Amino acid sequence: MSAPQGVRLETTSTLGPLATLRRGLQVSPQLAQGFGVTLLLAIVAAGGRVVVPIAVQQTIDTGILAEGGPRVGRVVALVSFAALALVVAGACSAAVNVRLFRRSEAGLARLRVTAFRRVHDLSVLTQGTERRGSLVSRVTSDVDTISLFVQWGGIMLLVSVLQIAVATSLMLAYSWQLAVVVWLAFLPLVLVLRPAQRRVSAAYATVRARTGAMLGAISEAVVGAETIKAYGIGRRTERRIEAAIRSTRDAQVGAQVRVATVFSSGVLVANLVLAAVVVVGTLLGLDGGITAGRLLAFLFLVQLFTGPVQMATEILNELQNALAGWRRVLGVIDTEAEITDPPDGGVPSPRGPGRVELRGVDFAYPGGPPVLRDVDLVVPARARVAIVGATGSGKTTLARLVTRLVDPVRGQVLLDGVDLRRIRLADLRARVVVVPQEGFLFAGTIASNVAYGLRRARPAGTAGTAGPAVGPAEAADVATRAFAELDLADWLADLPDGVLTEVGERGERLSAGERQLVALARAHVAGADVLVLDEATSAVDPATEVRIARAQEQLTAGRTTITIAHRLSTAEAADLVVVVAEGRVVEVGPHGELLAAGGAYAAMYEAWLAQTR
Amino acid sequence: MRVRPGADDGTPATRPAALTGGVVRRSAQVVWRGMAEHPRTYVAAVGLSAVFGAATVAVSQVLGRVTDQVVVPALAGDADARARIGLAGLALVVVAVVLALGVAGRRIFAGIGYADIGADHRRGVTRQYVRLPMSWHRAHPAGQLLANASSDVEAATGVFNPLPFALGVVVMIVVAAVSLFLVDGWLAVTALTVLPLAVAANVVFQRYMTPAATRAQQLRARVADVAHESFEAALLVKSLGTADREEARFAAEADALRAANVRVGQVRAVFDPVIDMLPNIGTLAVLLVGAHRAASGAVGAGDVVGAGFLLTLMAVPVRAFGWVLGELPRALVGYDRIARVLDARGDMAPGSRPLPRAPRGLHVALRDVTVTVPSAEGPVDLLAGVDLELAPGRTVALVGPTGAGKSTLVGLLARLRDPSRGAVLLDGVDLRELRPDDVAAQVAFVAQQTFVFEDTVRGNVTLADPDDPEAPDDDAVWAALRAARVDHVVRALPGGLDARLGERGANLSGGQRQRLAIARALVRRPRLLVLDDATSAVDPRVEQQILRGLRSARDAARTDADAGPTVLLVAYRMSSVLLADEVVHLAAGRVVDRGTHAELMARDPGYADLATAYLRESERRAADDEDEPADDEPAVEDAEGVVP
Repeated sequence: MSAPQGVRLETTSTLGPLATLRRGLQVSPQLAQGFGVTLLLAIVAAGGRVVVPIAVQQTIDTGILAEGGPRVGRVVALVSFAALALVVAGACSAAVNVRLFRRSEAGLARLRVTAFRRVHDLSVLTQGTERRGSLVSRVTSDVDTISLFVQWGGIMLLVSVLQIAVATSLMLAYSWQLAVVVWLAFLPLVLVLRPAQRRVSAAYATVRARTGAMLGAISEAVVGAETIKAYGIGRRTERRIEAAIRSTRDAQVGAQVRVATVFSSGVLVANLVLAAVVVVGTLLGLDGGITAGRLLAFLFLVQLFTGPVQMATEILNELQNALAGWRRVLGVIDTEAEITDPPDGGVPSPRGPGRVELRGVDFAYPGGPPVLRDVDLVVPARARVAIVGATGSGKTTLARLVTRLVDPVRGQVLLDGVDLRRIRLADLRARVVVVPQEGFLFAGTIASNVAYGLRRARPAGTAGTAGPAVGPAEAADVATRAFAELDLADWLADLPDGVLTEVGERGERLSAGERQLVALARAHVAGADVLVLDEATSAVDPATEVRIARAQEQLTAGRTTITIAHRLSTAEAADLVVVVAEGRVVEVGPHGELLAAGGAYAAMYEAWLAQTR
Repeated sequence: MRVRPGADDGTPATRPAALTGGVVRRSAQVVWRGMAEHPRTYVAAVGLSAVFGAATVAVSQVLGRVTDQVVVPALAGDADARARIGLAGLALVVVAVVLALGVAGRRIFAGIGYADIGADHRRGVTRQYVRLPMSWHRAHPAGQLLANASSDVEAATGVFNPLPFALGVVVMIVVAAVSLFLVDGWLAVTALTVLPLAVAANVVFQRYMTPAATRAQQLRARVADVAHESFEAALLVKSLGTADREEARFAAEADALRAANVRVGQVRAVFDPVIDMLPNIGTLAVLLVGAHRAASGAVGAGDVVGAGFLLTLMAVPVRAFGWVLGELPRALVGYDRIARVLDARGDMAPGSRPLPRAPRGLHVALRDVTVTVPSAEGPVDLLAGVDLELAPGRTVALVGPTGAGKSTLVGLLARLRDPSRGAVLLDGVDLRELRPDDVAAQVAFVAQQTFVFEDTVRGNVTLADPDDPEAPDDDAVWAALRAARVDHVVRALPGGLDARLGERGANLSGGQRQRLAIARALVRRPRLLVLDDATSAVDPRVEQQILRGLRSARDAARTDADAGPTVLLVAYRMSSVLLADEVVHLAAGRVVDRGTHAELMARDPGYADLATAYLRESERRAADDEDEPADDEPAVEDAEGVVP
């Protein structure tokens, strides 16, 4: 039982931190733009942090404790100069903020869109093997961790490193002995904080996991309300939710205890350093090594030093998260798309009759057993072909090959005599369209969903098949016409707002059958040469069923149509019936002939008749 | 744990959760109610925060004294002062330890309070979700109710994180003011003018920041929505070649988010330097004034340093005010939304009469039942004066066009709603008077949209806790799964009955989910089984097997024919209708006719039309092995089935 898999997404690229940075900058060059200027401004901003300690030192030593009593004039001059320096530093700090935000957000928006596009370019198999939520998180929360890091940690990192550097050099200038004392006192803190911070991160991961589980439990009480009421399991549901709420609460408290421990030990060390500086500084001073003003300035410098060091471990964690997020996003971008345009531009595939041919096709999903073996099949232009066969016989795979959602392992699939792999994807998608079983609708009106299928001449030189989305007025026109052409005007007339009816999220305000009607109209508007229809299996009410059949009839008229048939009537009405069994095409022919031949199709037909009559 | 008003259906609330009065009054109420629910936690949190505040001031005080009495004289050559250096160091260490303990305690208790208040809110709203009737649920979109329990709770409790800190800062400011005034009035006034400025700057900052951050948050959700929808439509996008259009759509949302994030950055760019600068400016002012005062001999250098140092220490704590004041508007909005859920009232009072279990199907009667709902065009009758009787053990099919009121009628039997007029009687007793537990135990309702819990197969069938002695044993579960023709599917799952089903049963096909739901109904040995189009996604042949199995099991296991459950089924397939003892034809909320299929075909033209349409529809369906993956290679088909 090996599940078929496409190329799995690179869960995280194997790049090291520097390589990640390099690759990341390739994808989002905006991040590096003007970084030199930003760095200069940041240095000035960080310089502003030592203005006050220097002012204190100067004021005390040369102002208040000056020989011959306090010199007020000097103090006034010092303070005015310091205030000016503070304003300049503040302005630089503001500029750093704005520049970092502008550049990083521009770069990350680019990263998001690039990753989003890549997800759509991946093969259906790769898309299918990933949980949808995990794909979404690649373009949302993973990018957000980078964004949050830049917004908070990035600025802090820049300022903190500079602040530590400036504070250290000033401390060294005032008294190298005291500077050594401060560094020695902080060293153990840094060593202890790193693992402690990791435990904090783990605790928060637990909080997130439990919160997710709790919200899952609560959502069951909302979405499953009817079942809960019908089966009288309200108390059990409450108990389950209560347990989830409690475990979330306990995790929150646990995380907070760890945070408090880490934070308060930082506070403790910072203040112990203060005491050490006073004692050691005074003892040094006795030998004339330091003046009172310098010693006091030191106290301010220690404050300047403490903040960033305490913050540094947190920032390093954020940095790791951001790098991990970045790697995951880059992992998507660097996953190879298996179905690509022909490298040399291929051959043109103009609109035409739409003859489809499979020649000696073998197919197996990566790592799986063969699904199709040596399939030869010709679908004449404008013919209606029904594919029938048991579930698991390979019907779906056949349809995927024709639409080039997968490529054959061996053999060829040809459209009007040209191998699909030689046709530009944009041309192919314009000519071959799938109507999936579950008609997926976007939130919006019926009109906007139908017009979604519209192809328009795209501006010269741009890639892609579908031009920009059309305006609401044009969409309404297009949709109204499509429904009329499919004989569905009566259904439209029954709707309160006609084509402007809102379909709701994923079209859930319409019934399953109605969603199929809209999907058929959308396919009609797409105007393809070859249609691949995957008929729905679930029961819909008879009136809608009749409409679907009628619309399908109109839609397929004059087009090559390959239908994965679940309806007997579809097979009966088809020009050709293709019977697939265990990965091989076992019979091909019109309904009547196959019935007369008394083979597999005839047996299926008999079994079915026996069951309905 | 507090007792929430409105927590019990039918119990009049002592106090509504909703707040009254102006914004200031309501803000104070939100804060006060939260703290009052957990008095001990908040006494500890605020008390320790006050200790922290006092210790912070003490650090600067001790430092000032040490400077004046030890450092300066010692450096000047005072031997006494030199001898006191160790003592001075000890004093600083003691203050440091007290300070650190205060910080730790404050943070821990603030965290406990925050977590407890959030848990209270969540308990309150989910209790309401479980107890309020379906009519209320139908009127509120699921997304909104989920937001009530997640983002609204976060909004309502966010303010409690910095609250103890801010309250402790009040103590700090008072202590600081007093101690500064004791040293020198001028110095005190200079230092203290900075504080209100800093608070004001923080409040203004939060007022700009909160909407900017909220907008960025909303856009983040919007980007996720678009990505989710677009990836869900992946096959369609590929099929129509609209990846460019999707990229453009996503890029527009990503760009809006980019602009919002930049806006956040701009607000921070303006305020961060200002807020950083204020204490520094204060220190410079203290130096200036201090120099004058020192020149006149009123203060020593230590006093000036102490006052200046105090300002740097208070820079962060003062920001806590900004956090609290900035969070309050959000808290108010979140709380109001939660209060609307807490104060909601159901119109369904539970009954108290027991429904004795008898060894036969339930007798069901509807007496002149009318269900009226409001609509844009005034009240509409979904059911109008329905009289209907189901004899114990009979299988009755309910047939009618879309909108005839079939689902409304069957929903009444499980008391998913009450009739506006008339009554539903089970074994002769009005459903409204019966104990809900008894009704749930004897009436099993299976809807078309089946709900699968994130639980094991066993848990999903028994709907009981694993250690519940009343829960059906595994044999009973297997029997029910067999009867629902889903036992082979479960056997193929790794772990069998212990296999966990994903979110909403994601690892099962639609038909399998429906059959699991039927097993869930059967395992309770119900006396009334209501199937509301519960087999729509099940293959017709399997559906036949299930329904026939229900009858034969009933006939085989019991001696008398009416020992099995009464069955009411809504179906679109004629083959299922034909299995019923009797057919009830419903149209426009009224019973048109009832009788056997043959009788109705003969005398009810509307029914004949409908039956013909159903038959035509049945004929359209070709032979297809199953509604789902063949069991020998489920993984292959499942993977194919994942793609929409």
